Amino acid sequence: MTSSLTIQDLQKTFHTVKALQSLSLSLEGGNIVALIGVNGAGKSTLLRIIAGLEKPDKGCILFNGESVTDGKLRQMSTLVFQRTAMFSRSVYANLAYGLRIRHQSETEIRQKVTEALIAVGLKSFEKRKAKKTSGGEQQRISLARALLLDPKILLLDEPTANLDPNSSRIIEKTIRARKNDDTIIVVATHNLGQAKRLADVVVHIHDGKIIEAAKTKDLFENPQNEITRKFVHDEIEF
Amino acid sequence: MPDIIIQAFQKAIGLILSGNAEFYATIYRTLYISGVGTLLSCLWSIPIAVMLGLYSFRGKWVIRGLFNSLIGVPTVALGLLLYLFMSRQGEFGFLHLLYTVNGVMIGQAILVTPIIISFTASALSASDMQIRDLAKTLGASSLRTDLTVMRETFWSIILAITAALNRGLGELGIATIVGASLLGSGTIFSGTRVLTTSIALQINFGDFGLAMAYAIILMIIVITIALVISLIERIRQEEAPFKVWRVLGRSGGQ
Repeated sequence: MTSSLTIQDLQKTFHTVKALQSLSLSLEGGNIVALIGVNGAGKSTLLRIIAGLEKPDKGCILFNGESVTDGKLRQMSTLVFQRTAMFSRSVYANLAYGLRIRHQSETEIRQKVTEALIAVGLKSFEKRKAKKTSGGEQQRISLARALLLDPKILLLDEPTANLDPNSSRIIEKTIRARKNDDTIIVVATHNLGQAKRLADVVVHIHDGKIIEAAKTKDLFENPQNEITRKFVHDEIEF
Repeated sequence: MPDIIIQAFQKAIGLILSGNAEFYATIYRTLYISGVGTLLSCLWSIPIAVMLGLYSFRGKWVIRGLFNSLIGVPTVALGLLLYLFMSRQGEFGFLHLLYTVNGVMIGQAILVTPIIISFTASALSASDMQIRDLAKTLGASSLRTDLTVMRETFWSIILAITAALNRGLGELGIATIVGASLLGSGTIFSGTRVLTTSIALQINFGDFGLAMAYAIILMIIVITIALVISLIERIRQEEAPFKVWRVLGRSGGQ
């Protein structure tokens, strides 16, 4: 069965700023969904709410038709942050953290960590201090750390921002390889080239609202909304 | 003046090598009272610091401000207050803590509480919020998230505890008033004497050389503790396997 995630009427306000305004969206596994939009449009807020890190002021999220709490969302999803965060431990310990929480055996953990590091091209990095690796390596470690938990919802916030082309290519390839019916993948990016390469569906968020959602080709070649047209033709500064 | 300092160093070395039982007992008692007092304080200070550093609630900043202001509380004032509470007519007189090692220890535990709370809460609240989010998004419970943040700020917490220990080692007011350890050798009160009160006592006796020798030994203890903590921290930052000589040989930070 294909997994589904339904977001209904989400609203979130920070002080006086309306980050999300009655945002509704349906997502299905087997697709990579790209959220595009200018800075401050609400992409990261939406990801944080789906990840269970932020509570919406109003609205709810359904997974496979059932309403889920933020605690449940935290168990089902993993968010890879734009600014990578590393524990002050070895790369191995960073990757093992989530698996230890899930009470997996050390043998299983070792095997999964090794496989995950191979997948992101960091085979011999286990013993290195995570914080002493480069920015590109840290982003790949973050992705590996998220993927080995086998989340039902994989969320990525600007996963290749400020990375070199090689690291970006490896990350995109790894995300693409994870595409399956059981996993809902959402990537927030304002790299339109990446959205084109990676996504099956693109959602344009503007001022906390979805102004257009369509298949990638349709949205880029024939945008229906004037703001979207300007955005994809690089006529809006962001 | 330099002659006094040279003589003091000679006396300090002489004392260390002398095998003098009372001298070693004083050092042991100093470390015991301040060490156990600091650890005792950690029992309540760390949980309070976690609450103040990681959680939001009404009145939090008032409480933090109060603990910040109590960092500099004069030890004689606190010693006097404790004396009143611990004296026979005081609320805690029935515990018979006055003029005892335990009394001084509890006094020091109270003295260092604001230091541990303020420094630890500051370290925790200054910790990267993303570490909390990261732990949560990897599936950590609230407790595990707090423990992870504490682990990430471990050396800042150790620094807070070290500062508290040093404050305890260097305090005079509580040891003097609660321990009554300025009274002469051979009295029942000499059993509460620590290095600071020994310094004060030798000044009273006019033996500045011996007072200076005690002061040097106190300084050596305080500096050694700080250096050992720094060394361990640097070793921990190294890639495994640890290379102590590389740590010792480095001058700059990383």
